[in-house]
This record gives sequence, C-alpha cells and structure tokens, in this order.
Amino acid sequence: MSALHDAARGILESGAAAVVIGHGEGTATGARPLFVRDPAKAGELVFDERCVHNLAVYLLKPEVKALGRAALVGQPPTLRSVLQLAAEQQLKEGDVILLLPEPDGGVRQVESFADIERAVSEADAQLSPEERACLDEVAALPREERWRFWQQEFTRCLKCYACRAACPLCYCTQCIVDVNQPQWIPVPPHPLGNMDWHVVRAMHLAGRCIGCGACARACPVDIPLNLLNQVIEEEIAGQFDARAGLSASASYALSTFTTGDKDTFIR
Amino acid sequence: MADFEPKITAFVCTWCTYAGADLTGTSRIKYASNVRVLRVPCTGRIDFMYVLQAFAQGADGIIVSGCHPADCHYTSGNLHARRRWVVFRKLLDFVGVDTRRIHFAWVSAAEGAKWADLVNSVVASVRELGPYDEYRQAIPSHIRPGGVAA
Repeated sequence: MSALHDAARGILESGAAAVVIGHGEGTATGARPLFVRDPAKAGELVFDERCVHNLAVYLLKPEVKALGRAALVGQPPTLRSVLQLAAEQQLKEGDVILLLPEPDGGVRQVESFADIERAVSEADAQLSPEERACLDEVAALPREERWRFWQQEFTRCLKCYACRAACPLCYCTQCIVDVNQPQWIPVPPHPLGNMDWHVVRAMHLAGRCIGCGACARACPVDIPLNLLNQVIEEEIAGQFDARAGLSASASYALSTFTTGDKDTFIR
Repeated sequence: MADFEPKITAFVCTWCTYAGADLTGTSRIKYASNVRVLRVPCTGRIDFMYVLQAFAQGADGIIVSGCHPADCHYTSGNLHARRRWVVFRKLLDFVGVDTRRIHFAWVSAAEGAKWADLVNSVVASVRELGPYDEYRQAIPSHIRPGGVAA
C-alpha cells in the first residue's frame, strides 16, 4: 500500500498529474472511487479485492477532464478500457498515467500506449466461473425458455441506466434513450421496452466491450447484463477474429468487413 | 389460426431489391400480398432497431434484403450490414427472439422472380409459425401498438 501512496504523492507533487483517481474507504465496508488532488491526502488510497470499479469511466467526463491530466490506479480491465478509448480516438498518447499495483506490493507506472499494450497481453478479461456457468446454461435452454428467462430478468429493470453510467465505453454526449424524436426506446417500463434498451446497449457496445463487467456490478437489480455483451464479443472473436481493448490502434470490427464474412444465413 | 394471414415487413434497399420487387410487378408475377415493403437507401442504413420496432408494431416476420455482395451502389454498405446482422442475429437468439422469423436475402434488380419466391416462402414459413404474439404480449395490453389481440 505504501508504494501506491508514494507513487501517487510523487505524481501530484511533481505536477505530472493534477488528480489521482483510485479507491478509498467507503462509508460502510466497501471501497469507493476516490479523487486525490492534494499530495497530503495520497495516504487515503486503498487497494485490495474490494476495489472492483473500472475507474477508466471517469476519464472522459468533462468535470474530470477540467481538473487536468489524470493518473488512474489501474487493473487489467482499466488498461483495456484505456486502449479501447485510444483506439476510438478518445484519448491521446500521454493523456493518462496508469499506476498498476503489483502482487509484491510494488507499483508500476505506465504511460505510453505501447507499454499498456504489453501489460494487457498477459491479462485477459474473462467471465468469472459463475458467470460462465450462467451463460452456458442460458445458451443451452430451448428458445422459448431463453425468452422467458430474459423477460423475467428485464421485468426487474428500473431503467436507471446505471449500466450506462458505469461503462467506460458509453461516452456519447447524447444517448439514444435520451432522444424522443424518434422515440426508439419506449418510455413505459414494460419488459419489451426494457429489452429494447438492453439490446441497444449491447449492440452499441458490440466489438467495443472489453468485458470488465462494470455494467452488471452496477445493476441494482442484478440483471446479468454483461452476458449479452460477452455473447457478442465471443461471436465477433470467432467470426471476425477481432478483440476489443488489446491495441490502441485497432480498427472497429463492425466498421470494416471482409468478402469472406459468414453469409450462410442469407438467401 | 386457420385463417391467420401473417404480416411481413420487408426492409429493402432502393437500388437492388426495391427495383427487383418492381420488376416482379412489371413482369406480372403474382406473389403473396402479406408483405409491406419499406424502402431504405442501402441495407447498411437499416438500423437493428427497425427489426425490434417492426415486431413490436405487429409484424410476424421480417425480410431484410439488398444488393448482392460486390453489387452495392455505395460499394460496401451491404458488406458492413452483413457483419452487423451476424452479431445482431446472435444477440437476438441469445435473448430468445424467434430468429426463424427474420429472413435475410440478396435480391438484385434483375431478380424479380427471386423476390416473388422469397416472399412466398417467407409467408409460408411464418404462417406455419403462427402470429408472433409471444413478443407483443410483453407489452401491457392498454399500450400495445394497434391493440394486438393477446
């Protein structure tokens, strides 16, 4: 922990970054995101297994950008988010410093996209064993039961859009659900309209989702949203050999094509 | 059920399939009248939301059709669309939407007969599947578009 405090203090004192975004103690037993701007407060940073938030979500917020250059306490999903944002021209080389806590208690500081790419090649975003079991179970159901399963899940959706707020790749300044001409997503909270929202969210992240699972963790009613994204990413990896968040210069899988793309379903 | 006439919504590109469907008519080829044709500039223009909206508003089956690969008026709109459909079909299947009701095809401006065959076969297969009320029943009846019978 002290290595993290020292690194954060050093960055703030030298002026290399104006804010260190990490985790701090929450009001109960959990951890919460913490923005440190005063070097004297670097000691409030914590890093342990409770620190699951994907902090890359803050990088593009105007309020955070206004603070100046940011340093992030990063984990593999954070790194992949940063690379994907770079691939989508949302971050430039040098916009962000990443502090990577190491298993031995040290902290590695990474800045260039090339270094970040080297750091993520080892770490992959995988579903947890429980999530994988849930995905396989749902995928193996007969279609009618799969429909019923998801309708029951979507019935609980409150349309709070926490999934959108928690996602580092959901950065549109105006989202399709905030538009009412045309009204693509029905306003009344019925399961079909809720499904429309979740299909839109998943499709707009298709080929871009880095699989951090922040959407599902943010969901107050525990809908396993990330499974929708995961199914899409696995299809894209299998069909088009493309994976999000591994390179700062990757092209977007759905804005390109090959003449040999699967077309067995087309007459 | 016996007198069920399926409603089919067809999203077609103006350059190939729309012209092809026009040729079907000028060639005096008869085909099922269950299809509502919606013309768009290119298959690449077809937002996946069109499909969900069509089902919600009463369609029992959907046709999406455009130019053959390498034949696109905009060079590659259909090839971009094809990738999107691969992904979209997978997602719809995973959330339990009946993907047997969504038909993709390439119909060129010269394939009037293929368009008639396509529509006839889609109508026949959707007639077999019955009305897609399972989908619309997820909308409370008092706000269901068109007051579809449940």
